[in-house]
Amino acid sequence: MTIGLTHYLAVAAILFTIGVLGIFVNRKNIIVILMSIELILLAVNINLVAFSVYLHDVVGQIFAMFVLTVAAAEAAVGLAILVTFFRNRGDIAVDDASMMKG
Amino acid sequence: MDLQAIAFYLLAAVTVISGFLVITARNPVHSVLFLIMAFFTAAGLFVMLGAEFLAMLLIVVYVGAVAVLFLFVVMMLDVDFTQLREGFARYLPIGMVVGGVLAVEMVMVAVTVAANGAAGKNAAPAAPVSDLPNAEAIGRVLYTDYIYFFQAAGLVLLVAMIGAIVLTLRHRPGVRRQNIGDQVARTPASGMKIVQIKSGEGLCE
Repeated sequence: MTIGLTHYLAVAAILFTIGVLGIFVNRKNIIVILMSIELILLAVNINLVAFSVYLHDVVGQIFAMFVLTVAAAEAAVGLAILVTFFRNRGDIAVDDASMMKG
Repeated sequence: MDLQAIAFYLLAAVTVISGFLVITARNPVHSVLFLIMAFFTAAGLFVMLGAEFLAMLLIVVYVGAVAVLFLFVVMMLDVDFTQLREGFARYLPIGMVVGGVLAVEMVMVAVTVAANGAAGKNAAPAAPVSDLPNAEAIGRVLYTDYIYFFQAAGLVLLVAMIGAIVLTLRHRPGVRRQNIGDQVARTPASGMKIVQIKSGEGLCE
């Protein structure tokens, strides 16, 4: 059988699900949560590129590039916030991060 | 099974397995390394689709920058990661339920789209639209129709860079730093002090 659009969409769906599951099971470890978000965005990119190729429209790949840009910016700012949080608190347990109220 | 199918299943399996190991690895350094592997094999999938430019971008941006950033932060923070894993088994069932529902829904949508949607009509796989190479095809659209979006993406990166620097920069009080303004503003009057010392006593501060 030849590899069609469905195969790529299925891979992206599984990867997206793994990302969501990672956010659920690693609720305290914000580093792994950020990595799960990267996995989710990678799944979205696979979907965008697959549709772009099968619809013969290059705009999907350009949108995937923008998603990549935003993902990189988000990772940089998220990790910077994490480093600042670690300096102030001494650990990175996010579930009792209630010092930010007020 | 032809070579293309073998390559696809190999790449897809490695992507999914390393994605799964990202979220289950005990050591976060291993998580980062599996994330790198997932992105690398996803770049292989992009090459199979004919999107070479995005594949190279994925390797340069993710493997070269983002993953190294993650690795740097994981190794810099002195955190007890075993303590952060508690609750893993507690949230596993609800995560499995939500994830299972999501996966079933998305696969159903994918199958329906492939059978009836507009993309399914173009079942002929990945024949390039024109003779242009992938990078040139992207460039022709990106620098004309999407030039403002391209500039906005650059602005997003600039803001993220400045934000990250502002967030992490700090001046510790005990550490002496070069202050160029003070050095330039120094005059002979402020830089030198003449002290009269009585003979036989010496100088003590």
